Amino acid sequence: MSAQSSPRPQPSIARRKTAEALFKVLGLCSLAIAVGTLVLLFGALVFQGITRIDWQFLMSYPSRHAAQAGILSAWVGSTLIMLVTAVVGVPLGVAAAIYLEEYARRTWITELIEVNVTNLAGVPSIIYGLLALGLFVYILGLGESILVAGLTLALLILPVVIVTTREAIRAIPVEIREAAYGLGATKWQTIAHHVLPYSSAGILTGIILALSRAIGETAPIITIGALTFIAFLPPAPITTHPPYLSFDWLMSPFTVMPIQMFGWVSRPGEDFVGNAAAAGVLLVGMTLTMNGLAIYLRYRMRKQVTW
Amino acid sequence: MSKSIVVMQEAIRIKKPDAIAEAAARRRTRQRRERAIEGGLFLAALISVATTVTIIAVLLSESIGFFRTVPLKDFFTDTLWTPLFADPHYGILPLLAGTLVTSGVGLLVAIPLGTVAAIYLSEFSSSHLREVMKPTLELLGAVPTVVYGYFALIVVTPALQHLWPGLPGFNMLGPGIVIGIMIMPFVISLSEDAMRAVPMVLREGSYAMGATRLQTAWRVVVPAATSGIVAAYVLGISRAVGETMVVAIAAGQNPNLTWNPLEPAATITAYIVQVALGDLPHGSIGYQSIFAAGLTLAVITFVFNILGHMMRKRFREVY
Amino acid sequence: MDLVESPQAQDWPKSLKAETCALSFSYGSRLALKNLSIPVSEYQITSLIGPSGCGKSTFLRCFNRMHDLYDGNRYEGEILLYPDRRNILAREVDPIEVRMQVGMVFQKPNPFPKSIYENVAYGLRVRGTTERSLLDEKVERALRSAALWEEVKDRLPAQATSLSGGQQQRLCIARALATDPELLLLDEPTSALDPMATASIEELLLDLKRSVTILIVTHNMQQAARVSDWTAFMYVGELVEFGLTKQLFTTPIKKQTEDYITGRFG
Repeated sequence: MSAQSSPRPQPSIARRKTAEALFKVLGLCSLAIAVGTLVLLFGALVFQGITRIDWQFLMSYPSRHAAQAGILSAWVGSTLIMLVTAVVGVPLGVAAAIYLEEYARRTWITELIEVNVTNLAGVPSIIYGLLALGLFVYILGLGESILVAGLTLALLILPVVIVTTREAIRAIPVEIREAAYGLGATKWQTIAHHVLPYSSAGILTGIILALSRAIGETAPIITIGALTFIAFLPPAPITTHPPYLSFDWLMSPFTVMPIQMFGWVSRPGEDFVGNAAAAGVLLVGMTLTMNGLAIYLRYRMRKQVTW
Repeated sequence: MSKSIVVMQEAIRIKKPDAIAEAAARRRTRQRRERAIEGGLFLAALISVATTVTIIAVLLSESIGFFRTVPLKDFFTDTLWTPLFADPHYGILPLLAGTLVTSGVGLLVAIPLGTVAAIYLSEFSSSHLREVMKPTLELLGAVPTVVYGYFALIVVTPALQHLWPGLPGFNMLGPGIVIGIMIMPFVISLSEDAMRAVPMVLREGSYAMGATRLQTAWRVVVPAATSGIVAAYVLGISRAVGETMVVAIAAGQNPNLTWNPLEPAATITAYIVQVALGDLPHGSIGYQSIFAAGLTLAVITFVFNILGHMMRKRFREVY
Repeated sequence: MDLVESPQAQDWPKSLKAETCALSFSYGSRLALKNLSIPVSEYQITSLIGPSGCGKSTFLRCFNRMHDLYDGNRYEGEILLYPDRRNILAREVDPIEVRMQVGMVFQKPNPFPKSIYENVAYGLRVRGTTERSLLDEKVERALRSAALWEEVKDRLPAQATSLSGGQQQRLCIARALATDPELLLLDEPTSALDPMATASIEELLLDLKRSVTILIVTHNMQQAARVSDWTAFMYVGELVEFGLTKQLFTTPIKKQTEDYITGRFG
């Protein structure tokens, strides 16, 4: 059989390669749109708001006069609420994750719990607000307070904490567990002495991400009745008289940073836009820092531990 | 040294009766403690179920109160939503329209851009670019929604007004676009996961036949990952529908039954915010109306979530 | 031609530390071990050999109730621990207690990501020992028994993962020895190690058997021949032959044993 002298010309290759080059451009463009939006967003915030941020802004209450308005009550409120959220949400989430990863057997109850966790992760945040309004504010009579806000956000971040903690725990290889059991450790001893400590970095990453999300949540907090104009601070947790610790602040009305920003953005007129932008800079700054921290932790973990 | 071990083992062997009883008592306390710990952890896990049950209970009970005043037929067919007016109307259609239009615009942005970006990241980009883009996209998705609302009102809408001078300050197009960009990272991440789950051997078969990377991506990988990608879209719909602050800030708060994105309107979520900002007595029809609206929202997102998760599960079973 | 085996032709250990009586084990619906009655001679090394998948590791893990950690497993028969002749597979027996009497060293060295000291001390801490001087003494003794003391005595707080593979495995042996187990189980302890490390561990085992009974699973027949006093040859979950290592490797009774030893199948 005679061999062909030269391969037949392939015109379609050139055409296909052009199509591919075009697609690559499209792909880069869509990524650029995403990145560009982030840049534009932050740029707009900084441009319109950075000049407003000064000590006076951080330490004043909101006011009808834009120039005098400040964000004090908002960031104090955010901090106190984050405290409650973390204290309630983190132990519950980690405990639930431990149960699901280490103890749960393949029964219908386990299935039910897992379906619920997945489902709750997709529930719009405002519905958590409605839940809190109906249950915490009215049925339990806890009022429109910091405690309720903290509880609501704790429930909101619960699925995130559970999922990330489970992933962190799952990364611990079975050989380590077997070594612990082989030495006579009980299940809880294995978990407390080995599984949890070794996965703590991963769990911490998840907690940081969850709290970063909670700080920016607006809708559920509005729904339970946070006000946009709060010109006072909740009572201090530390008092000058015994027992030196007060829990009155839990029941106090409050506002948070995203709501303050929302309030300023919603006001007609140019004056408050600057304030809103300043609040936005602080909010985004906080979010970026926390997320950046989590990403950095994850990066460090990947380099360090080789199972 | 070995002798001392032998001696010790002898000592262990000579078990006195009280030693045995002691060991049994230790065992009992140990087992009791372990069981108590397991019980506590189980209760923590049950909280998720309790949350869902409570959500359903709260939404249903208040909505039942609402529907005692408002006939279901009116709820679904009335074209006006004005619960707080002197002559109240309780038709959910305007709110539904607002939700659907803003979500629709968002999906029109997120689906094409997100899919193209996902294909590019999964099949074309260098790992270096992917390492940079992943955290960037994560950050994009982590920005608080109120900031996106600001962005929509103060930056996007004025920009759009340059293109359409008659565009009102509140409209559905601006927030719709911003919602799209907001859920883009989510869609990209899920689609990319689906594509990466497609085994290399399938791609190799295609390359071996002389196909380009684009052809392989388009004709082999995407079809193989379809149910995973569609699941990403479906879950993205759920996200868009549940979005609150962007629309509350930039779309206006006047319910308006229209399918034209250039007009202002209110979504289900924006209405709830509006009412919550005001002062409504507990138990009034206005108060109950937000639960009825919330129930509608919950049903819609629930349906899409279940659909999306079933699709993802089926996809994961295949690969 | 198969020689008919008669019980008298097979040797049997004089002094037992443990024995299995008609032990069967199933993973879910799959029967993995069939009716095994194997003795474990006191203060000697018994090795389990056989091709991959014959159930040697499964058998070993019955001795410390490792299978209890996973769902769907079922034991039948007994494992008696001497001198009390207590059946450690009985449901009333707490697996935790069994594991406090029986130590295990795994195939791949699996030290905890803790310090060398804490690795060895862990078993003692679990038993409630907290007094520092007592821990120090036992840790040192265990490390000496594992022939590791001289190499690590100056860096006890160092991370265990900084040791070489062979050192890590000896650390795992020390960790198991620290609690004075009555029986030491080793599951292919040298398969992940280089020849030099393997040789040092084999030497260690020959020394250790004077103080603790050893049951070792090995994929390496030469290792079994070098190290053990008694050998059990398993095939597809059944015991084919048991006897003195010297005798089994030179004049095996069953043809199947001979085929395996001479490499006719593996």
